[in-house]
Parts: sequence; C-alpha cells; structure tokens
Amino acid sequence: MEYLNIVFQEVYKIVFLLVPVLVSVAMIVWLDRRVWAFVQKRQGPNVVGPFGLLQSLADALKYIFKEIIIPSSSNKVIFILAPIVTMTLALIAWAVIPFSATQVLADINVGILYLFAVSSLGVYGIIMGGWASNSKYPFLGAIRSAAQMVSYEVSIGVIIINVLLCVGSLNLNDIVIAQQNMWFVIPLFPMFVIFFISALAETNRPPFDLPEAEAELVAGYQTEYSGMMYAMFWLGEYANILLMCAMGSILFLGGWMSPIDVYPFNLVPSAIWLILKILLLFILFALVKAIVPRYRYDQLMRLGWKVFLPLSLIWVVLTASYLFYFNLLPVN
Amino acid sequence: MFAHAIFFYTFSIIAVVSAIMVTASKNTVHSVFFLILDFISISCLFIMIGAEFLGMIMLIVYVGAVAVLFLFVVMMLNVAQQKNQWFAGQQSSKHIPVGIIISTLIFVEVIIVIGGWKYKPEIFDINNSIAQTSISNTHSLGQILYTDYIHVFQISGMILLVAMVGAIVLTFRQRSGVKRQSYIKQISRERTEGVEVLEVQSNKGVKIDD
Repeated sequence: MEYLNIVFQEVYKIVFLLVPVLVSVAMIVWLDRRVWAFVQKRQGPNVVGPFGLLQSLADALKYIFKEIIIPSSSNKVIFILAPIVTMTLALIAWAVIPFSATQVLADINVGILYLFAVSSLGVYGIIMGGWASNSKYPFLGAIRSAAQMVSYEVSIGVIIINVLLCVGSLNLNDIVIAQQNMWFVIPLFPMFVIFFISALAETNRPPFDLPEAEAELVAGYQTEYSGMMYAMFWLGEYANILLMCAMGSILFLGGWMSPIDVYPFNLVPSAIWLILKILLLFILFALVKAIVPRYRYDQLMRLGWKVFLPLSLIWVVLTASYLFYFNLLPVN
Repeated sequence: MFAHAIFFYTFSIIAVVSAIMVTASKNTVHSVFFLILDFISISCLFIMIGAEFLGMIMLIVYVGAVAVLFLFVVMMLNVAQQKNQWFAGQQSSKHIPVGIIISTLIFVEVIIVIGGWKYKPEIFDINNSIAQTSISNTHSLGQILYTDYIHVFQISGMILLVAMVGAIVLTFRQRSGVKRQSYIKQISRERTEGVEVLEVQSNKGVKIDD
C-alpha cells in the first residue's frame, strides 16, 4: 500500500509536469510561425481561435485522423520506434529542470550531466528514422544530422565545463543559486553566444536545418513519415528546442531567479521567471529562423570543429586561470 | 529493498539478454541497437549502486558518441552479407578460434578478480579509497582521480591522443587535383573582380576562360 501511494504521488507529479510541457509545445509552434510571419510582413496562422491560438490543436487533430503509412520495404520495428524514441527523450529531460528551489521532479546530483546525456541521445530518433525508411533521402538526412549533432555536442560540453568551473557542482539548483549576484551571461558572454548557436545546430534549426533541407532532401529523415508518427517527430523536435532554451536560461540567465531582488519582482513566482526566460530565448530562435539563410554543410562542420571548439577550449583555460589566480575557485 | 531488487533484476536481465542478442541477431544494425540497449541498462545499474557520475558518463561517451559512430560505420559498410554467410555456414570463419581464446582469457581474469574479492578482501584496497562520507560521488571521484592517480590519468589521456593521431596519420593521404574551397577567398570577393564587362564583336565572340 505504501509503495502504491508513492507511485501514485509520482505519477501525479509527472502528469502535472508533462501536460503543461505538451501544451506549451503546441503553443510554441504557433508562436514560431507567428514570429516568422511577422518578420516577413505576413499574418501567419490567425484563423482558428483568437489570434489563431488554436491552430496547433487543429493541426494535431488533422494528424491524428490521417493514415499512418509504413513503407513495405522499411524495417518496421525501428521505423515505428524512431518517433517514439524522439518524443520520449524530449520529454524525460524535463524531469530535472528546476522551476524553483523546491519545484523539481528529480533534484539529482548530476542534473546537468543528465540533461547533456539525454540531449546527446536525441540523435538516435533521427538516425533510426532515416535508416529504417530504406530510402535515399531519409538516409542522407540522417547521416547529415548525426554528424552535425555529434560535432556540436562537443562544444556544448566544453561550454558546460566553463559554467561548472564557476559553480563547483553538477546540480541544476546549485547552478541557479550560484548566479545570485551575477548571471553567468555577463562574465561568460562569448560562451553564451556559442551556446546559442550550438543549440541551433543541435536541434536542427535554421540556419543549420541541413538534415531536412527541403530544397535538397525533400524532408530529410521525415520523408517517409505520415500522420501521427510525423506529428510525434515534430512535437519531439519542438520539445527539444524548448529544452535547449531551458538549459540556456539555467546555465546563463539565472534560471528561476528574478532579475533583481527588489519588492515587486520577488513576489512573482519563480516558475514565471523561468518561463519568461525560456520564451525570450525561443523568440530569438524564431527570429534567427526568419532572418538567416541556410549554411553550407562544409561551412557548418568548419564552424563547429575549427571555430567553436578551439574558442571554447581557450575560454576554459582562461576561466580556470582567472578563478585560480584570484582564488575564486568554488571549493567545498 | 524489494523494489530495489525488482529494478536490479530487470536491468540485469535486459543487459544480459541484449548482450547475447548483439552476437545472435542476424542484422548488424540490430546488433548495434542491442549494444546501445546494453550500455543503457548497464548505466542504469551504475546509477542504482550510487555511482551516478559513472552512469551518466557511460551514457554520454558510449551511447552518445561511440555507438553513434559505430552505427554510422555499420550502416555505411555493408557487413550484413558477410555475417549472414557465417550464420548459414557457407563460409567458415577464421576468427572463431581467436574469439574463443580471448573470451576464455577474459573469463579466467574475471573469475580471478571476483574470487579474490570474495575470499581475500584485504588485498583490494577498495573500501579505504572511496571513503563512505557525505560528499557526493562526483566529488570523491575527482578527489582521487586528480590527486593520487593524476599520472595514470594523464598517461591514459596521452594514449588516447596518440591513438587519434595514429589513426589520422594512417588514413591521411595527399590527393592531387582536389578543388579546395577557401572561405576567406569566397567571402572577400568583390563585385569588381567577379564581374567583367566585355565588348563583344558580332560573329567573333569572346574567349571567356583561359
């Protein structure tokens, strides 16, 4: 009976985390299309519901009622597993995101490593989908995406080391609390810029959306997918983007901390601050999508390996020497 | 304790079964996916015994990077056919005796280590090196790795570096006749050097490339 109680409590918590995440993923798709449209002086989706807010709901309904087509020469098990893997990985990472000092599903010691591990597993959904389709375009897209995500993970890892040097802990709440006096975006500003660009590449967003470059590869790894399976890829992708925004705001923008600790601001619940920061980063993502042309593939690789990796490594050495010289290393 | 046992046996059964399936499955890509499943369940076991840092590093390094490259190679090279021939017994493999010898050696080594651990615990200094204190797993690992074993740590890093340089040197070849793209040249092109206005006489034309 005691076990059942614990299980029930945890399920309750998980549902209350996942339902808002899924709803906000649907809303964020609408926001993305709206921002994109406004940059190009269009209206964007504005018909379904007030301001077109229910557009994603209508889309989801359409996807549910469409037929799921499984190519006869595909590897069926892996073909079906791929969108499930993408979706699951995008959702399990939210377990460690702290919405306030106490509101966190799993306050584990190695939170940032968990986030990094889950985001590095994200490549499997894409590579499985591309290979199992047994078709040229999806396979090319999958290979492109695997190489791209593995490359940019390296620089994200080194950037995380930079932040960890200043914090002295792998716990996400400790990382947020360490930014009480100054957000890490100020001393580590170049790292924030590199993190943002690497996050774009890691989530296959424009200008690095080569895995699904529609002019060359039809739709990349998603070419053979239809109906709900396509929608799951799509939801997983946007949940991953939101996750990257959350990671950026925890590492650099002070997470759930309010910007200034004075009267009207510290009354606002800390979860609201985190959501506002995630939204700010997401609008930047959407703007980049609207204003930047697509990268060439060799340039993408050059940027990752020859520019970002050396730069972030040099910055690790600089941060470590600075902290060591001024005796600021966080030792406990 | 009961729930702990359930989880332990679930993960270990998954790990053992998927390890067997790595060698038993006929499709090589399936083998790699079983290998990934094996890595994941082993990292779950690591987390269950409280070594959360090792478990996460296992996920990041092996599943996130090594297995992706594995999958890459297996998907690109068509090794499936060769493996099928072994299964069908059309072609006898010369690797099987070597494999048996190596696996017997590993088995004997594991038996020695586990037997020694069980019956002569005093030769293994494990209980003293990882002190059972309140500091976290990551901290204690760092304190040992970067103080007592710093030289071993750095030597292993050097070995990895040498392996990487060696692999690059072995496969690197200077190819002639390759058109290289210099991005500095490409972005620093001006309109004046890119476009030229020519006076074309009729019936004569102009020679454009020289």
